[in-house]
Amino acid sequence: MARLTPDNVALAAAIIARYPRPKSATIPLCHLAQEQDGYLAQDAMAHIAELIGITGAEVMGTASFYEMFKMHPVGTYVVNVCTNISCQLSGGEELLEHAVGVLGIQPGGTTSDGLFTLEDVECIAACTEAPACQVNYRYFHQVSNEQFDELVADLRSGTRSDVPAHGTLGSVRQELGADQIANISAPEEQTEPVWIRRHREAASAGESA
Amino acid sequence: MSEMPRIVSSRWDVADGHTLDGYRRSGSYAGYEAIRRALTMSPTEVMDEVKAATVLGRGGAGFPAGTKWGFCPPGVWPRYLVVNGDESEPGTYKDRILMERDPHQLIEGCLIAAYAIGCAQVFLYVRGEMAHAQERIAAALNEAYAANLVGRNIGGTDFSVDIVLHWGAGAYIVGEETALIESLEGNRGMPRLKPPFFPAAKGLHLAPTIVNNVETLANLPWLLLNGVESYRETGSEASPATRLVSVSGHVKRPGVFEIPQGTTTYRELFESEEYCGGYLDGRTLKAFIPGGASAPWFFPEQVDLPLEGRTVSAAGSMLGSGAIVVMDDTTDAVKACLRIVRFFARESCGKCTPCREGTSWEEQILRRIMDGQGRPSDIDALLDVADNISPGPYPVAAHPDAGLEAVPFPPRQTTICPLGPSSVAPITSAIRRFRHEFEAKITRRDPIPVASLVGAVSTGGSDHE
Repeated sequence: MARLTPDNVALAAAIIARYPRPKSATIPLCHLAQEQDGYLAQDAMAHIAELIGITGAEVMGTASFYEMFKMHPVGTYVVNVCTNISCQLSGGEELLEHAVGVLGIQPGGTTSDGLFTLEDVECIAACTEAPACQVNYRYFHQVSNEQFDELVADLRSGTRSDVPAHGTLGSVRQELGADQIANISAPEEQTEPVWIRRHREAASAGESA
Repeated sequence: MSEMPRIVSSRWDVADGHTLDGYRRSGSYAGYEAIRRALTMSPTEVMDEVKAATVLGRGGAGFPAGTKWGFCPPGVWPRYLVVNGDESEPGTYKDRILMERDPHQLIEGCLIAAYAIGCAQVFLYVRGEMAHAQERIAAALNEAYAANLVGRNIGGTDFSVDIVLHWGAGAYIVGEETALIESLEGNRGMPRLKPPFFPAAKGLHLAPTIVNNVETLANLPWLLLNGVESYRETGSEASPATRLVSVSGHVKRPGVFEIPQGTTTYRELFESEEYCGGYLDGRTLKAFIPGGASAPWFFPEQVDLPLEGRTVSAAGSMLGSGAIVVMDDTTDAVKACLRIVRFFARESCGKCTPCREGTSWEEQILRRIMDGQGRPSDIDALLDVADNISPGPYPVAAHPDAGLEAVPFPPRQTTICPLGPSSVAPITSAIRRFRHEFEAKITRRDPIPVASLVGAVSTGGSDHE
């Protein structure tokens, strides 16, 4: 796998047009590739580099910094159990231990059927709802062991329509076509905004009057 | 006490509060009326209003937003507005709710700020892991563009602005504003040196850039509609209006609350029925973190302090992002300390040596103490490593029983950003107060030094001179 599909290339062009400089689109396009393949493939990074006009090494340099980009295939469901301080105080480590037992893998591992990857993650901003976990970045709050078992069973049987496959970011995208963009261009092409100029001129006219 | 206005949280319980229609119809003010009012004023007047109201930054540093806006050098264009929605400080849970439940409020806040500062382009950086927040903001932006509330010639005026939703990809350090700018430029999220890279002067693409937190901007619509006087009616003189706090850990009802800023005390927050309803049955307060994992810990003696920036700083900690973590007497101080330090060790971006090396040393030493492999000298070793990241006395709360004074915030640092120094907070706090817990876990003795032999060799060497 895989270069971006023609549909995704079109989407990529629309995303690149939203930034003053194309390189800003690196992270969004890596997400797009990960959504397509479930992980961030080498070929996809090379393709992104072509689209943006940078080198493949630059794409990889950026992507490898970020936790969410997986450079190798992971499970269909990435289960992130939070064990940071608020969750630790409310049973996050016990939940992780339970998850290790249920899934039969250590944090960082993937089940042999390729369905689950387990991760011991840092704070996911659900602190008052501890212990919390995410599956493919969808939240589950105040998770008991029984609820975790149920969740895993549902995911196994494919009855959780609210959890898309790994890599899917948002089910809603910002739709901002090139024709709708009001002001985006390279920084050196930008000038004083119209409304600022109007008020500045009005103010100086008022002073001189 | 007079009725406190709900400035930012008024639509949280409204089922359709996240839609354009819901934003206009429900809550403590009518949506998109504030930008309409702002557009009848000059940008300078809007900025003056925000300055007069003292809208303190809610992201951590607590710097007044209006003053920050004024730092843009005059006559230099473009100016960018970047919204910091990369909430990831352990214990913090407020920006995600604001983005998920009231995205239009944030968008209107962006519009007001962009109009006042003179920004034609706004980038809304949302933490990667928050898929739902991204969906809600994307949907809201689509509605707003379609209704001509964002985009070209807003409301038939000459004010045009683009707001672009940008996804993060998982990195705590990107919450630091210069790292966020690096990330937004498509690079590894490593902080820039200040000076010269103060964002207001040299930010995104080296143009003047204002980075504001989600909650800070969410305050603006209410402020513009109700005026400075009403805004300042709640809270204290130096810290007006309200702020969001998330209280997690060992209390009966953890939660996110909008409270009057500067006047509410930690005790009210923990013990009153209005908020958390007290500690768990039969337990007592051992320590609490007043402002996120980066903040030095407080103890029962500090529980009557108000949540006011200057007071809390003088007492040795910080309000930070309003993240309060309560630890009762069942908490293992060493374990809690290790968990927070592990976080910083994992999230260090690796740019500065004291942080990259120091945080992992701290983690390793704490882990071996926790595992029963610690030695008596390990406590000093920890403090020594910590001193290399943040030299001198580190901010810490007073310990009256031991006759120890508070060391005021902020800490000194040998690093570009405060991440490394933050890792020291739990260490100095826990060792000062709970040294006995560390000692109780230490079972090994220090190895016998071989210094005498080394000394003999070096003495022999000096004879040749």
